[in-house]
Amino acid sequence: MTTVDYVLRLGDDALITAQRLGAWYAAGPEMEEDVALANIALDQLGAARLLLTYAGELEGAGRDEDALAYRRSAGEFRNCRLVEQPEPDFAFVIAKLLLLSSFQQPLYEALAAAGDERLAAIGGKALKESAYHLDHGTLWTLRLGDGTDESHRRVQEAFDTLWPYTGGLFVGDAVGPVEFASLRDTWQSTVEDVLRRATLEVPSPSPEPTGDRPQLVALLAEMQELHRAHPGARW
Amino acid sequence: MYGNDFAGPDAGSDGGLLGQVEAAEAALRAAALRGRVEGDPAALQDYFDAVIAADQKIEPRDWMPDAYRRGLVRQIAQHAHSEIIGMQPEGSWITRAPSLKRKAILLAKVQDEAGHGLYLYAAAETLGVSRAELVDMLLDGRQKYSSIFNYPTLTWADIGAIGWLVDGAAIVNQVPLCRCSYGPYARAMIRICKEESFHQRQGYEILHTLSRGTQAQHEMAQDAVDRWWYPSLAMFGPPDTDSTHSAQSMAWKIKRFSNDDLRQRFVDMCVQQAGVLGLRIPDPGLRWNEERQAHDFTAPDYDELMRVIKGDGPCNEERMAHRRRAHSEGAWVREAAAAYAAKQQEVVPA
Ligand SMILES: [Fe+2]
Ligand SMILES: [Fe+2]
Repeated sequence: MTTVDYVLRLGDDALITAQRLGAWYAAGPEMEEDVALANIALDQLGAARLLLTYAGELEGAGRDEDALAYRRSAGEFRNCRLVEQPEPDFAFVIAKLLLLSSFQQPLYEALAAAGDERLAAIGGKALKESAYHLDHGTLWTLRLGDGTDESHRRVQEAFDTLWPYTGGLFVGDAVGPVEFASLRDTWQSTVEDVLRRATLEVPSPSPEPTGDRPQLVALLAEMQELHRAHPGARW
Repeated sequence: MYGNDFAGPDAGSDGGLLGQVEAAEAALRAAALRGRVEGDPAALQDYFDAVIAADQKIEPRDWMPDAYRRGLVRQIAQHAHSEIIGMQPEGSWITRAPSLKRKAILLAKVQDEAGHGLYLYAAAETLGVSRAELVDMLLDGRQKYSSIFNYPTLTWADIGAIGWLVDGAAIVNQVPLCRCSYGPYARAMIRICKEESFHQRQGYEILHTLSRGTQAQHEMAQDAVDRWWYPSLAMFGPPDTDSTHSAQSMAWKIKRFSNDDLRQRFVDMCVQQAGVLGLRIPDPGLRWNEERQAHDFTAPDYDELMRVIKGDGPCNEERMAHRRRAHSEGAWVREAAAAYAAKQQEVVPA
């Protein structure tokens, strides 16, 4: 049994991640990194489109990927708060990438082997991509953590700032083939191992912030503005 | 034939051009089988001249005149800078693309442009300069990039117009460069041209959809074509009568056709396509000339082109500021990567 909310959670995580990375065009620290970040954004967007399409079919109300991406308000999005956090510098991009891909990689792996055929196919495809995301996040966490004093300070600050939002990866009562909470131990050991190798501190646990989500509202306003200005138009 | 192959998005709008790219690729493979020649300066010059005369390729291992080397560095670097700066006008629409499919296509296109920049910097490096030096010359204004990227992208339809007209003009300019006499540049252009044809097609499709969409969408498409038409014509450079580098470039077979010849091809190609798109080319002087078997058209404002090249375009400052910001804000990351790599070297026993 897979619920719409479960698929939306996965699709929205991927979509919001792609949207954040899409803002990094021509702004990476190296040209090679512009290519890599666009690659990851494309992978996330590709997964988001498959997932939102499936969610629309499960819902059975005739909503396609664009109706779900462009015509829901912030309150209807199911993504975890981690992915919507802003990226004031490259350290935040990398910290988010490591924290998210350490979750998505085992999730897609488990989905690929679980009972829902559609999610198994999507997971099978996204699995290879998220393994690359995890490699990339790991490599840069090592470089920044064990690079210069400045890079160490910046990337530590990024992990410290984002850490409270990581609890949100594992919560959610939506029903699906793989329980999010079951991935926590794998996630914890992957992340802690990379942080340790990068000479970084594992931040201490703290409760996830609650309340309004102004960053998500702003992100969606930008993403949806043009689409909503032309109701019924094709693009 | 150029032009006649450009029917519409479904008819494989680049069939003839891609054929030329493939022919150029075959010529390169043949050239790679040649050996290296050594000898006194006169013999080297004779050999260079003979290679050029025989339409063969000069490779990095070969002797070449200093002016040939300098001219190529200037041209390839300017081309590479254009790809990198060219990510900006379109990139700013990635977050705002009106459908997820369009967002994915645009992301892929902007990513391609970064890749083009990388191939071209690598080609320039075979001539004995480093990418870092070239980037410094871009950032401090000693080297230029294509003036087209100094115009703003005001609406979504500009993404269509850029793909159709700007990438379209780039293809017309660049397909002959696949046969350029310098091997590494020719090889980079072959890879690039194969991707550019996808860029042009996606722009054409955007305009096609908008033109047949709502009234507001159609108007948006026409407005974008109105604004991008003359800047695109100016991409071919000054008229042949004032072009400073052309004659030598043609003699060395770096350039194969004059600016005005290429501009004419582009106009003839676009007229047909505009008809299919249902969009008007904003030139009251545009008409078929039976005698020339080509369209007469109004030339772009070359004074404006010169002003934009010199730095007075609508977005010159914004584009350079964005590039400088990315470079300076990335400095701590590059330093970290270098420091980390150095530490890894120490760890590995010699
Ligand atoms: Fe390009
Ligand atoms: Fe292009």
